[in-house]
Amino acid sequence: MPNRFLFLLTALLVIAGVARADDYRLRALMMIQNDFQAKGQAGLDRLETDSLQHVCNKYSDKPPEALLRLVEADQLATVKYPADGRLMGDWREGEKIAQSGRGFTWTDKPGLPVGGNCYNCHEISPKELSFGTLGPSLRNFGRNRGNTPEMRQYVFSKIFNAKSFNACSAMPRFGYIGALNEEQIRHLVALLLDPDSPVNQ
Amino acid sequence: MADPMKIRAQMKGDICDIKILMSHPMETGQRKDSDGKVVPAHFIQSLSVDLNGKTVISGQTGTSISRNPVFGFKVKGAKAGDKVTVNWLDNKGDKRTDEATVS
Amino acid sequence: MKQSIAVAATLAMVIGGFCSQAVAKDTRSAAAVAAAPTPAAKDAATAEFDKFREVMEDSNPAELFEAKGEDLWQTRRGPKSAALADSCDLGLGIGVVKGAYVQMPRYFADAGKVMDAERRIVWCMIEKQGFSAEELFRTPFANENFTPEPTSLVTYVAGASRNLKIAVPIDEPHVQDVYRLGREVFSFRAGPYDFACATCHGEDGKRIRMQQLPNLAKKEEAIRAYQGWPGYRMTGGFMLTQQWRMNDCFRQQRFPEPRYLSDTVTSLLTYLTANANGNVYKGPGIKR
Repeated sequence: MPNRFLFLLTALLVIAGVARADDYRLRALMMIQNDFQAKGQAGLDRLETDSLQHVCNKYSDKPPEALLRLVEADQLATVKYPADGRLMGDWREGEKIAQSGRGFTWTDKPGLPVGGNCYNCHEISPKELSFGTLGPSLRNFGRNRGNTPEMRQYVFSKIFNAKSFNACSAMPRFGYIGALNEEQIRHLVALLLDPDSPVNQ
Repeated sequence: MADPMKIRAQMKGDICDIKILMSHPMETGQRKDSDGKVVPAHFIQSLSVDLNGKTVISGQTGTSISRNPVFGFKVKGAKAGDKVTVNWLDNKGDKRTDEATVS
Repeated sequence: MKQSIAVAATLAMVIGGFCSQAVAKDTRSAAAVAAAPTPAAKDAATAEFDKFREVMEDSNPAELFEAKGEDLWQTRRGPKSAALADSCDLGLGIGVVKGAYVQMPRYFADAGKVMDAERRIVWCMIEKQGFSAEELFRTPFANENFTPEPTSLVTYVAGASRNLKIAVPIDEPHVQDVYRLGREVFSFRAGPYDFACATCHGEDGKRIRMQQLPNLAKKEEAIRAYQGWPGYRMTGGFMLTQQWRMNDCFRQQRFPEPRYLSDTVTSLLTYLTANANGNVYKGPGIKR
């Protein structure tokens, strides 16, 4: 429901905005729809932008403040918390998930499990030296932020749907798109917050 | 038949620098294809380099050498205009001879 | 004298051997082994690899493909028994190869399209030599056992622009138009991970794991997407073109597959290449 409302809103904004860049954006979009073919698990449906992608594309990742808040609230509403309320798993399992970057390409086998891709962009455990820098360092995350219930909920939500806190973040929405399940996200929460995790050593 | 080699032979001072690029799959016999079947070994097993018809190097080669290998030799006693001939023979009996002139 | 020859030969074989080892090695763990904890040491690891690449560039197997491509360019072939050298205009006149690569993508009035080098060459093969488009599109990219003819041809044409300045005619209206489309494609986010090209290539000084990511929107860095292509990939030992590079970017972006030689890929190549205008192209390269 909120998604539909948002779509309407952005559709109106699209009609209202008549900047020249939009002509090219629209033409590029039509060109893309024409030029791709499904391969492996990567179907053409992947080119259909959802409301969030649409807003970020439209505003070059910088939507106006009011729209930003709407979008983020909309995304936060998609987060499904575990029914039993347990948010901490096993950091050892979390480390394995963080290491893997596999999944969702047309050469990957369809289905789960797929990797968390975490090290692609973040420094996490001090033992892993091959880490990316697209995202902030998560070294000492738990030590700096505290292993509180609020922080556990935040981390769970962030991994489930990163766009809840930064609408046009570069980070994928792992839980929302079904890349990581509840149990896997729990393990990643533990990797960041468990005092015994190497992240906090 | 195999593709031609690229041979470069250049005098650098009184030493002739010979570079040879060979087009060859150099299959080790240990690789598996996408169906899990072993790809049969296919590699250059011997090569020789002649300078004006006289062999200046000959050697045995094996599967530790990469696909499309590069060989480099330094030879004394050559001069510009000399003819360099390179021969190779692989384990399937395929062979190739190419020539270049020292510059 | 025999001795020194033997030593040199062994060295050459060691270089060869290193390549075949690189095939088996997972690049990530290789990088991890080579790396030490400080940022300076990481740069040292990168420097080591650059040094290795420099040695390899001196005797790059890409030359084999240049030679093969030249042969294909000169020979009368196809159902129309025509030589590309006598029939194909790469933008500088029929048969002119020197400097053509660094001035593409450009607009070709006979095709009514802006085309990158590979697209133009394939167009010539179809139109001038009569080769079947279906055939050419079936297996467009090289693998261990197969090198498509356009790949060798592109390598030859690229080699004929070695040490020349990149000069895409960006002021030409058709090229300008396609450039702007390419810029939009570059920042289009979609797919399960919400990725655009710009998500990883729109900022300075970032890395994925140990892999440096050039900011391709920036003039000084866009050259890094251009330099070294077409490239001889040591892992596997085959030649790959920019068309392949774009294809594999979309794969990693978790998109469906762009059609070979499509407008979308040409527009991206126009955007990236024109951004690198003015830089000197060093010719076909070598990749790990």
